[in-house]
Amino acid sequence: MAIDWQAFRLTIELAVVVSAVLVVVGLPLAYWIAFSRRRWKFIVEALIGLPIVLPPTVLGFYVLVALGSRSPLGRWWQSLTGHTLAFTFTGLVIGSILYSLPFAVQPFAASFSSVDRKLLAASATLGASSLRTFCRVVAPLSVPGLVAGIALAFAHTMGEFGVVLMVGGNIPGVTRTVSIGIYDQVQASNYASANAMALLLLVFCFAVLTLVYGLNRTTLPQATANRKV
Amino acid sequence: MPTPAEPRLPETRSANPTLIARIRKTFSATQRPFWLNVDFSAAPGFTILFGPSGSGKTTLLDCVAGLTPPDAGRIVVGERVLFDAGSRASIPVAKRAVGYVLQDLALFPHLTVEQNTEYGLPHLPRSERRERAAVMLQEFRIEHLRQQRPGEISGGERQRVALARALVTDPCVLLLDEPLAALDAPTKSKILDDLRTWNQAHRIPILYVTHSREEVLALGERVLVLEEGHIVAQGTPHEVLSAPLQETVAQLAGFENIFDATVESVHENRGTMFCQIMTSRVAGSQEDRPVLLETPLIRAEVGSLLRVGIRAGDILLAIVNPIGLSARNVLAGRLVSMERRDMMICARVDCGVEMEVYLTLAACDSLALAKGREVWLVIKTHSCHLMRR
Repeated sequence: MAIDWQAFRLTIELAVVVSAVLVVVGLPLAYWIAFSRRRWKFIVEALIGLPIVLPPTVLGFYVLVALGSRSPLGRWWQSLTGHTLAFTFTGLVIGSILYSLPFAVQPFAASFSSVDRKLLAASATLGASSLRTFCRVVAPLSVPGLVAGIALAFAHTMGEFGVVLMVGGNIPGVTRTVSIGIYDQVQASNYASANAMALLLLVFCFAVLTLVYGLNRTTLPQATANRKV
Repeated sequence: MPTPAEPRLPETRSANPTLIARIRKTFSATQRPFWLNVDFSAAPGFTILFGPSGSGKTTLLDCVAGLTPPDAGRIVVGERVLFDAGSRASIPVAKRAVGYVLQDLALFPHLTVEQNTEYGLPHLPRSERRERAAVMLQEFRIEHLRQQRPGEISGGERQRVALARALVTDPCVLLLDEPLAALDAPTKSKILDDLRTWNQAHRIPILYVTHSREEVLALGERVLVLEEGHIVAQGTPHEVLSAPLQETVAQLAGFENIFDATVESVHENRGTMFCQIMTSRVAGSQEDRPVLLETPLIRAEVGSLLRVGIRAGDILLAIVNPIGLSARNVLAGRLVSMERRDMMICARVDCGVEMEVYLTLAACDSLALAKGREVWLVIKTHSCHLMRR
């Protein structure tokens, strides 16, 4: 019974990087979705939500094509670095970001939307810019949604399989994540190893989510109690 | 352009900043198209915007604050142009320096009273911010609540926090949207006193929106009456509420009896005139006689159509034909119905037209009133309020 610790380290690394990028990318995107009055907003929303319904292999396939040397993006990257993005950790990160985007953006946007618009109006009349309003009013009142979004993105990235396999393949130490490692072990009929890794992943994901929702529970009642003002 | 970050001193605030606004705004997207069309000015001190809900009061405030862009018009405070459709000028909300206490206050629930109050002063160094907030909290008597959050304090206290938060930024205009609607009268008047004291030192125009007649009378300042997006009357509360020109205002102001009438004769030497109430009753139900009322004199010609409003509480009821009264109108009639409303009786009397009269329980008992009884109604000339139709 062998546990592929390398795969574990890689998976956690991937999940941390992806979650961090999703916070940076997801916050402005969610803000735009929550507050923009553009008529075509729904198209962007549908686009962002696509990975929820799309088979991971479909998404992974197109990401692979886009990163490959036949696409402008892939060629540009190749001319810059000398190698393609496909089957690299960076490629994996890009694929995972797209795949987990809705899991971060949707809870973010939902919690931004639930902030009373009158608070935003009050903030503006008190001289605050949109950025200040966001930092001082919108974000603090959205903490539960932000935490939920980050937790979902993290856990979702930890467990992904299809996109990783399509984009990253199965290179130990570079792109082999836990879920692919488990698949490998099952293919090789090493059920004991597969079971050990699967159980570990399960316990880890459960622990992360428990921690996050537990923390949220302690902040949530306070936030809602104050919101009735 | 000066930002609210800089102390707003003479260059942005003239000595006597008067708010002068001409606002046109149409909403056609909503189910009921709405057209706001107002021209008014508000000198330093209170100006009350009075009108029923849906009359455009909040929209008007939103336009002044910059939260809603008017379609056309111009909004100026002193020398400062906040909005001008002609030159396409519009100072963004955050830079208008308009204090706005929204209808449900919109205090930041996650910040303490002190943090709420300091919110508009991020440009100041921390110590000065603290100090200005402290002064303001003291002026509004809430310094002991500094560390509390809005969810932990009473409605009146929250109101004070909202005022302190808006005023600490030293705005050039203050907008109050039904700020005291939910408070009891003593709390209300204490807060108003503190606000008046503050404004004696600062002298800025305060637009105060309300739909409460009591509040209008209590404030006792200039009133603009807004209806369906138009200013239909303005003046002192007495002028606007005691002799309203529009019937909807009259209903708001508590006239239970409103009748169509024509001017029968004008007696300029006596300062009164006679109006005949138009009866719409079926002929023969009682002796058909015109109901004549002696009313105060207004500028109207014989034959012109008016409305007369009489408060149910202003009418006396007698069980014998009274004599030797100063009151000019004594109408004979019959008691149609009596209905108890809380600690008061609401009687309806048919005297050619049906009138509603309020009586105390004691009066009702001692007169031994009963349905069908013959009674006389006594109405003073000045209890008859005339309005245009």
